[in-house]
Amino acid sequence: MTANEIYEKLKSEFGDEIISLTEDAANEAFIVVKPQRIVEICLVLRDDPNFKFDYMANLTGMDYPNNLTVVYHLYSIPLNHRIVLKVELNKENPSVESVEKVWKTANWHEREAYDMFGIIFENHPFLVRILTPYDWEGHPLRKDYKEPETYHGVKIAY
Amino acid sequence: MGLLNRLDDPIQGDGIILGTVEDLLNWGRSKSDWYLQFGLACCAIEFMALNAAHFDMMRFGAIPRTSPRQADFIIVSGTVTLKMADRIKTLYEQMSEPRYVMSMGSCANTGGPYWEHGYHVVKGVDRLIPVDVYVPGCPPRPEAFFEGLVKLQKMISTQAIFRKREKMSAEDLAALELRNKKIQEYNERAAQENIEFTNAKHVGYSRYSLDFLNKGEQS
Ligand code: SF4
Repeated sequence: MTANEIYEKLKSEFGDEIISLTEDAANEAFIVVKPQRIVEICLVLRDDPNFKFDYMANLTGMDYPNNLTVVYHLYSIPLNHRIVLKVELNKENPSVESVEKVWKTANWHEREAYDMFGIIFENHPFLVRILTPYDWEGHPLRKDYKEPETYHGVKIAY
Repeated sequence: MGLLNRLDDPIQGDGIILGTVEDLLNWGRSKSDWYLQFGLACCAIEFMALNAAHFDMMRFGAIPRTSPRQADFIIVSGTVTLKMADRIKTLYEQMSEPRYVMSMGSCANTGGPYWEHGYHVVKGVDRLIPVDVYVPGCPPRPEAFFEGLVKLQKMISTQAIFRKREKMSAEDLAALELRNKKIQEYNERAAQENIEFTNAKHVGYSRYSLDFLNKGEQS
């Protein structure tokens, strides 16, 4: 299926939840959806025989000027098509339902997005830092992140 | 090394070696330097090549150990992250003296490619433990590493074991005096306040160790 077909089919099923489709030659086509029903949307994408997105290639966060975004890269091995979902969250309370029960691999990806961007994934089984030490402060890939002076007595700046 | 060359010496030759015990001990130590492997990033890949058949690191007498308690020196090969910093310190403290540190690659020397934006990288392992030999490169060629290893062996083979103080430079001697004074102060304080200090404060005889001591005091 092409991105446009996927978009139309999702739109007919979820209506207003699906916000827009962006297709241009330079980027992979992506669909922006609302965060509220993301798990249902993902379940349909995984289980519908026309979609069969059985493989989550990547989940990551983005820090845009106005919002924090979660990006889902999906791929279907049997049907050989792919799509990108984006969920935009406000910066004050960036939280979205975890898709760990849809694709197991999302578990660590979501921990990484939490670690790097501070995005909260609701109902995640074990949402703790994965890359930085457990007692680290702040979320390093946020644009407003300030590097600490020292960590455990070791100077960080060059 | 000098010791064996004396066998050919026209005056001291004929199968008799005249030398100091220090020479003999140092000769033995420098030729059987076992190392603690500490591969951290891409440099560790180069390090694997060092150990493989082509470059054959064991011909230098360097045998890999996985326990710090059996190692003479530690090879820090790769990017030292802040998460790893505490572990590296612990491992170093567990090694018995005399102990040495080789820093392999730009990352372990100075932070390497992460010097500016590496919020998670220690900008040089010498901020944690005193380094004896730095090997530059990203990653260093095995030949470069071997040069470093030979440098370390040379360092070991000329190291003073007996009557150290007489052979020390004035600068090092002053540092040592200061260090001993500090250790004494520590011990007195410990006796008074009934605290146990870790052996982290009692490292090496170089000027680095003094910095280390001062750092230890602040924290
Ligand atoms: S110095 Fe270069 S090769 Fe070595 S760990 Fe750092 S980035 Fe990797």
